[in-house]
Amino acid sequence: MISLDDLVSAQDRLIACPQCDALHLVEDLTETESASCARCGTLLIAPRARSFLHVVALSFTAMILMVGAVFFPFLKISTKGLSHDSSVFGAAMTFSDGLLAPLSLAVLLMIVALPVLRFTALIYTLWPLANGRAPWPQAARAFRLAEATLPWSMAEIFVIGTAVALVKVAGLATVSLGPAFWAFCALIIVVALKNSFMSKWTIWNAISQPR
Amino acid sequence: MERHQSAALVAPILTARDAGLVGCRGCGRVWPQGTPTCGRCGARLVPVDVRGLQAVWAWLIAGLIFYVPANLYPMLLTKTLTGHLENTILGGVIELLAHHNYGVAAIVFGASIVIPIGKFIAIAYLALAVGNERRAGGHRHLRLYEVVEFIGRWSMIDVFVVAILSALVQLGFVATINPGPAAASFALSVAFTMLSAQSFDPRLIWRGPPDTAGNK
Ligand SMILES: [Zn+2]
Ligand SMILES: [Zn+2]
Repeated sequence: MISLDDLVSAQDRLIACPQCDALHLVEDLTETESASCARCGTLLIAPRARSFLHVVALSFTAMILMVGAVFFPFLKISTKGLSHDSSVFGAAMTFSDGLLAPLSLAVLLMIVALPVLRFTALIYTLWPLANGRAPWPQAARAFRLAEATLPWSMAEIFVIGTAVALVKVAGLATVSLGPAFWAFCALIIVVALKNSFMSKWTIWNAISQPR
Repeated sequence: MERHQSAALVAPILTARDAGLVGCRGCGRVWPQGTPTCGRCGARLVPVDVRGLQAVWAWLIAGLIFYVPANLYPMLLTKTLTGHLENTILGGVIELLAHHNYGVAAIVFGASIVIPIGKFIAIAYLALAVGNERRAGGHRHLRLYEVVEFIGRWSMIDVFVVAILSALVQLGFVATINPGPAAASFALSVAFTMLSAQSFDPRLIWRGPPDTAGNK
C-alpha cells in the first residue's frame, strides 16, 4: 500500500488515466512493453522508439495518398453519351453557391485540410523523437493541434459516402471508380493503423524530456 | 499481443481526485489540485466536476434543435427527364427501399436516423446517470460513452453523399442533382452532438458516491 505522502513526492512518476482518473505508478518499461489502465483498459504507455517511427512512416504514407486522392478524379458518370467526372475537391465545392457556402468550406476542412494538418503536425512532433534527438521548437503546440483535429478528420467516412452515392445513381447512369477512390481506401487503413500506435502519455513524456 | 504491465495500480483503486491531485486529460501527468494548466502539455486542467455537464446539455440541445429542420426540409433536389424530385432524409431511405437496395437503405437509415437519435438518448442518459451520485456506473457506462464517441462522426455520411451526388450528377437535361437546405442543418446537428460528447468528462463515470470519494 502506498501512502498519500509518497504519492505527492512521486508526482513525476504517476499517471492518471485520462478516461477514468485511476492513478498508476509508472515503472520503467523495456522498449517492447506497453501498459494499459488496470481499471478501464485504456492504453496508457506505448513502446517508445518503435511506435514513433511507425506513426511517422504512416503519416508520410497518408500524406502521399492524400495528394492522389484529392487531385485525381475519383468518380466518373456516363449516360446517353453524356459524361462527367468529379474530384474530391469538386465534391466539396458543390455547396459553394448561395446559403450552403459555409458547408462547402466545412466539407473541405473535414476531408482534406484537417487530415493533412494532423499528419504534418505528427511528423513535425515525432520525427526528431523517433531519431533519438531533442524535440523541435513548438513541438508541444504541434502535438496539441494534432490531438484537437482527431475527431474532425473524416476522410474514411467520406469513402463510405462514396459507396452509398454509387448505389443511389446506379439506376440513373453508369458509374466508374477513378484512381482517387482507391487512394482514399488505402488512406483509411493507414489512418486506422497509425491511431492504434499512439499513446499520448508516451509522446508527451518524450516531448518534455529532451534526451 | 504483448503483455500489458508495469504501470502498477495505486492500490486498491485510488483516483487522482481522491489523492488530492488533478490528472491532465491531455497527457496523464498529475498536478496538485487547483493547478490551472498542465506544465507538461499546456492543457487546461479540469477537475472532475458535474458542473462540466452544463456544456454537454447546451451542445446537446443545439444539436436537437438543428435536427428538426434537417428532417423537414429536402436533402436532395433531383431533376431528371421525367420530372423534379425533392427528397428528405426519410424520403431517400424509402426510395432506396422501393428500388430494393436494402443494404444501402439500412446504412443511410442507420447513419441519419438511428445513430443521431440513439446518440441524443445515450448522451442524455449518461449526463443524468453521472449527475445523480448514488453509484459509479463503471464499465457499462464507459462502453456506452466509447460507442457514442466512436460512432457519432459517422452520421456525417449523409452530408458527404449529398456532396458527392451533387458534384457528380451534372448531366444537363438528363439528370441534375443539387443539395437541399437540410444538408446544412444536418451537418450542424451532427457537429453540435459531437461537441456535446466531447464535453462529457468520462472520469465522472467512475466517481463513486461522495462519502467514499472524499469530500473535496
Ligand atoms: Zn482507466
Ligand atoms: Zn498535460
